[in-house]
Amino acid sequence: MATTMTKAQIGLTGNSAIAYAMKQINPDVCPAYPITPSTAVVEEFSSYVADGKVDTEFITVESEHSAMSACIGASAAGARVMTATSSQGLALMWEMLYIASGMRLPIVLTDVNRALSAPINIHCDHSDSMGARDSGWIQIYSETVQEAYDNLFQAVRIAENEKVLLPVMVCLDGFITSHAIENISLIDDDDIRQFIGEYKAQHPLLDTDHPVTYGAMTLPDTYIEFKRQQSEAITRAKDVVSEIGKEFGKRFGREYGLMEEYKLDDAEAVIVILSSAAGTTKVAVDELRKAGKKVGILKPRLFRPFPFKEIADALKNVKAVAVLDRADSMSGFGGPLFNEVRSALYELEKRPKVVSRIFGLGGRDYMVKDAVHVFDELLKIVETGKVETLTKYITI
Amino acid sequence: MATLKELSRRDELLSGGHRLCSGCGIPPIVRLVLRAANGPVVATTSTGCLEVGTSIYPYTAWRIPWIHSAFENAAATISGIETAYRVFKKRGKIPQDKKIKFIAFGGDGGTYDIGLQALSGALERGHNFLYLCYDNGAYMNTGIQRSGATPFGAATTTSPAGDVVLGKRETRKDLTRIVVAHNVPYAAQASPHNWADLSRKAEKALKTEGPTFLNVISPCPLGWYSKPEESIEAAKVAVDTCYWALYEVENGVLKINYKPKEKKPIAEWLKMQARFKHLLKPENKESLDKLQKSIDAEWERLLSLDGKVI
Repeated sequence: MATTMTKAQIGLTGNSAIAYAMKQINPDVCPAYPITPSTAVVEEFSSYVADGKVDTEFITVESEHSAMSACIGASAAGARVMTATSSQGLALMWEMLYIASGMRLPIVLTDVNRALSAPINIHCDHSDSMGARDSGWIQIYSETVQEAYDNLFQAVRIAENEKVLLPVMVCLDGFITSHAIENISLIDDDDIRQFIGEYKAQHPLLDTDHPVTYGAMTLPDTYIEFKRQQSEAITRAKDVVSEIGKEFGKRFGREYGLMEEYKLDDAEAVIVILSSAAGTTKVAVDELRKAGKKVGILKPRLFRPFPFKEIADALKNVKAVAVLDRADSMSGFGGPLFNEVRSALYELEKRPKVVSRIFGLGGRDYMVKDAVHVFDELLKIVETGKVETLTKYITI
Repeated sequence: MATLKELSRRDELLSGGHRLCSGCGIPPIVRLVLRAANGPVVATTSTGCLEVGTSIYPYTAWRIPWIHSAFENAAATISGIETAYRVFKKRGKIPQDKKIKFIAFGGDGGTYDIGLQALSGALERGHNFLYLCYDNGAYMNTGIQRSGATPFGAATTTSPAGDVVLGKRETRKDLTRIVVAHNVPYAAQASPHNWADLSRKAEKALKTEGPTFLNVISPCPLGWYSKPEESIEAAKVAVDTCYWALYEVENGVLKINYKPKEKKPIAEWLKMQARFKHLLKPENKESLDKLQKSIDAEWERLLSLDGKVI
């Protein structure tokens, strides 16, 4: 890959862009284990190590469980730590995800979203990261390669912010974003190093003159206080994500908020959707807008912590909402995003009708026509005030 | 090698006041190994007796930087810490002349069983650390369930001695051999009753570049149903019966460190522990003989390899 091009646009896959961002960050330690579709991230990063483009220590662990365990050890030691995974890999890390966040370790992980077994499937859906939604990690979803690249730098700043000190997961869609080549703008190495700054851990294990104990046993007299502090930290993270998104915009011209609103101002029918499928939905919105339909999109960028107030505020004047989930929570009542959005809207005095549509599991294509069809359903709800089907699978 | 006098003058790095049981083999092992380190040490411990007994918040018995993260990942955790140390040295964040040693402590459950994969990976990758397994022969922390290290015939809460099954039906896993198969520069078995041998081995392991391993028998009055005041004696008899051979493998050469003048019958060790009482009944002689035979065979195997490249 040409590394001399900085200002101009360059065509990169999502995985290459993540690996390149990691090269620019040059973390202290990167423990990683290969898994489709995130494999290219660690392959390309290992080339940067082999060619001396970074002086990161790369640990080729024997499992994702050990990858996250080594991340925890290195981060507690005081290092800036990054890794990447997908699907079963994230599932195998699950136990350790809670320990990373509970120990308040600012680890940054790229999750290239992929379906979970069984049946085995290597293609995109969000069941892996949704399975980790209560693990105490901040989760940011990326629509495009550019967003994934930009999000990774911001993730480092968010994680290490002293008001936060929590791990961050940057999600991008497997194959759809990870393997598609997109023209993106790269940021100069010096500029990005200035943006992320040096990391200085507060209580590193390697400071042997000031010994600390990590991971002590707690009993019912203290455990809940630790969890409350953690909950307060992730709640504070929301404002930090906003501030850093604004600062990023000032420095590099691409500002990021908690969510993206697309033609939402006067919209009566809205689709709420994460990641790359928002792009497909935008095309449908443009087509329907040409026909005079008042449709729009709300694309949450931050899923953990969940911006309840901001989402309610953005949808307060909407009449019908379809929340499209690329994962099922198996609750018998729609997907995870649906349940959170619907809960967010409960505080509104005048609530829109909200339906759940589960789509695209295991990489099933989500086409413009699918989005148009959902909008047609929503416009009918707007017209009649009646919901025929509250929850259902589409793209089947 | 440090003398007893020298060792006694070094800092006590595992404080008293911890909650490990009376007669537990773990504290004397850990204290001796930390003294043998003689310099900055960072340690991790897998979930288990040592972790629970030394760390109940807001107290800690550790006077060194210490982390516990989970049950099966002590070797992976120490891999991350040791790697951070190397990168900090490379990047000038730690002075070149500062040397830190790294130790992962795990029980037999966290090492023979659930942590075996992480241990194997860390050994293969060649991190510079000592892994110390304190082998008390069962999942003692959760209430004496059988592990891959539990001896044949021992009664545990998941391999009870009943009317038709006489305790654990399987012979134990030979973890030290598995570790040696990774071609690590140093691996050894030790016992807390022989402090000189244990501290020498710890010192050697910590001075050796690369991954090293100590498997240390750790009496457990609670799970062995033995007398707390006889723990160190029980460790000695385990060695004198050749149930627990003291040997080391250094750069591929096996050396037996102690050969009992008169090898005691295994019944001598069993009779100290009520977990084996059913094996000592005359009607169960067949099982006792089976255990004796397996110990004899392993001892003969070690004798045949003594002084040789294995």
